[in-house]
Amino acid sequence: MLELALKGSKRYYGWIAFLLVLIGIGSTALVDQWMHGLKITGMSRDVSWGFYISQFTYLVGLAASGVMIVLPNYFHSYKTNKHMVIFGEFMAIAACIMCLLFIVVDIGQPTRMMNMIFHPTPNSILFWDMIVLNGYLFLNLLVGWTCLQADRQHLPHPQWLKPFIYISIIWAFSIHTVTAFLYQGLPGRHYWLTAILAARFLASAFCSGPAILLLVMMVTEKLTSFKMAKNAVKTLVKIIAYAMCVNMFFFALEIFTSFYSNIPGHMHPILYLFEHGSTGLVTLMWTFIAFAAISITLLVTPRFRNNYKLLPWTLGILIVATWIDKGLGLLIGGFNPTPFETITPYWPTLKELMVSMMVYSVGALIVTVLFKIATDVKQEVGHSQALACGCSTEDVCECTTEEEAPAEA
Amino acid sequence: MKNSRRTFIKLAGIAAAGLAVAPRKVLASGGQEPVKVNATAVHAKHWAMVVDTTKLHTAEAIDKLAAVCHHIHNVPKIEGKKEVKWLWHDTYAHSFPEQENPHLAEEVHERVFPLLCNHCENPPCVRVCPTKATFQRPDGIVAMDYHRCIGCRYCMAGCPYGSRSFNWGEPRLNLDLANLNPEFPTRMRGVVEKCNFCVERLAVGKMPACVEASEGAMHFGDLKDPDSEVRKVLREKFTIRRKPSAGTEPSVYYII
Repeated sequence: MLELALKGSKRYYGWIAFLLVLIGIGSTALVDQWMHGLKITGMSRDVSWGFYISQFTYLVGLAASGVMIVLPNYFHSYKTNKHMVIFGEFMAIAACIMCLLFIVVDIGQPTRMMNMIFHPTPNSILFWDMIVLNGYLFLNLLVGWTCLQADRQHLPHPQWLKPFIYISIIWAFSIHTVTAFLYQGLPGRHYWLTAILAARFLASAFCSGPAILLLVMMVTEKLTSFKMAKNAVKTLVKIIAYAMCVNMFFFALEIFTSFYSNIPGHMHPILYLFEHGSTGLVTLMWTFIAFAAISITLLVTPRFRNNYKLLPWTLGILIVATWIDKGLGLLIGGFNPTPFETITPYWPTLKELMVSMMVYSVGALIVTVLFKIATDVKQEVGHSQALACGCSTEDVCECTTEEEAPAEA
Repeated sequence: MKNSRRTFIKLAGIAAAGLAVAPRKVLASGGQEPVKVNATAVHAKHWAMVVDTTKLHTAEAIDKLAAVCHHIHNVPKIEGKKEVKWLWHDTYAHSFPEQENPHLAEEVHERVFPLLCNHCENPPCVRVCPTKATFQRPDGIVAMDYHRCIGCRYCMAGCPYGSRSFNWGEPRLNLDLANLNPEFPTRMRGVVEKCNFCVERLAVGKMPACVEASEGAMHFGDLKDPDSEVRKVLREKFTIRRKPSAGTEPSVYYII
């Protein structure tokens, strides 16, 4: 099926070339990092993890979120999602690879990476994170590829795959839980030392991940003949709405626990993020609150939720909000205040951002190629194709019989 | 040809004789102890340190000890927040953030305290390390294998005491290469390092360098031995440890 990725329009090749240029530019910063070490980053003795690890954390959520499409399909026989499943799985593949790349660029001695395997250490959560991430990558490659291949040959999905699919659904929860455990089990880091962190991670993943996927799918619809089934989109938006509400509820629980208990260690990181930090950071954190409020308002109001002109903006706002919370604030708040109750500000350097851009571009490249293959196969077999009235062939649409003919003429 | 065969037979003869005479020596590489323990080495069930802050509480005095420590361990001098340090000083509020009160005796409040790796009985850094690059020795010392470390810095996130440093850049660029201690290795970039309770000195029967240079303000000994010097001091004086709530059971005690 890979050959499908090689035949594309000029626009497709142009986009690939653009991504390769971005990767090229970013890799110069990575080479610089290899030559001079991690001193090119903004990290320090007190803030020893930075942008790389926080991006890894955010993207694990994206990887896990595919399950929000897969689970209704397989656990609840919600077949409306059927033709979207592959995109959730392919997105997870790209996200897992980005996560692994972010870890690789973050470690000081990448050539010793295999020490994790040569000297397996089950007491370290990082060991388990490696297992679950690679496992999830493998499961999604296996399930996604096999299903798509079966579709292409007009065959039913093989029975032997079923166990792998069910395992992958459970596994999706595990990758984000284990990533939360990475933070959650550390004494002396008050912002992370909370039992609800794993739940917060999952809630935030299940709103931000599908939101990103939905945005990418909207772009895919614009560029290909693929069309999401209307009910599938509706369901996904509702999932996003619920997950975002739960996410902010969990955040409110943290605020209550910290401030009603009046325990200094628990209050300090929150006060730092929302009050004492650098102006830029404080502004960002309040932007998170404002955007979260706006996106929840837009998502829970049916009129706004069902307005597909507005939806991309709603999703965009939600992604920005969750990214500030989890892709930035979580990490900075965890390291600040430091173990000495002092503040060491952290801000990523340009080179750090360039390396991150490289990893994101690699992810975008993988998404592009995989989605190209998937949409081509869907087109070949006639799944979920757009109708002239803006419906999908999977929808029960009034216009199908009447308007199909003139559209094809 | 002939010559080489003769040489071979001769060598084989010598080898056979050697085998007959000293089979243990020949098989030594497969034996139990490839390295002999230094006869003068000092041992303990659990090493611990007691710092008498009534005697050692000025920045100058602590910096002097830090200089000794940093010199013998070839710790690079780096300014700013990417610094590497094994032993340093800080205020009461920073050293014991949970044990501060606004009406603390002024004299205590003005003291500065020597900070170093606590060599915890229950070290979180060891728990989180994914490669066993940091590990706890049977004598309680939390040690680092600089060649095993992949530089993930998980141990730094795990340490509640900020006792670990990372070599963000090439450490040798910040070392006075003409004035290195040849008896201790330098590090490479991309690995974590920290105080090691001078294991290399204990192995040859010496006390840790800071203890030796402190002129009696620091005590070092076996925490599990009721007759040891540290136990005697701990019995007689009131001591505190850093962040007891973290549950790590530090092996560094401070007499206040």
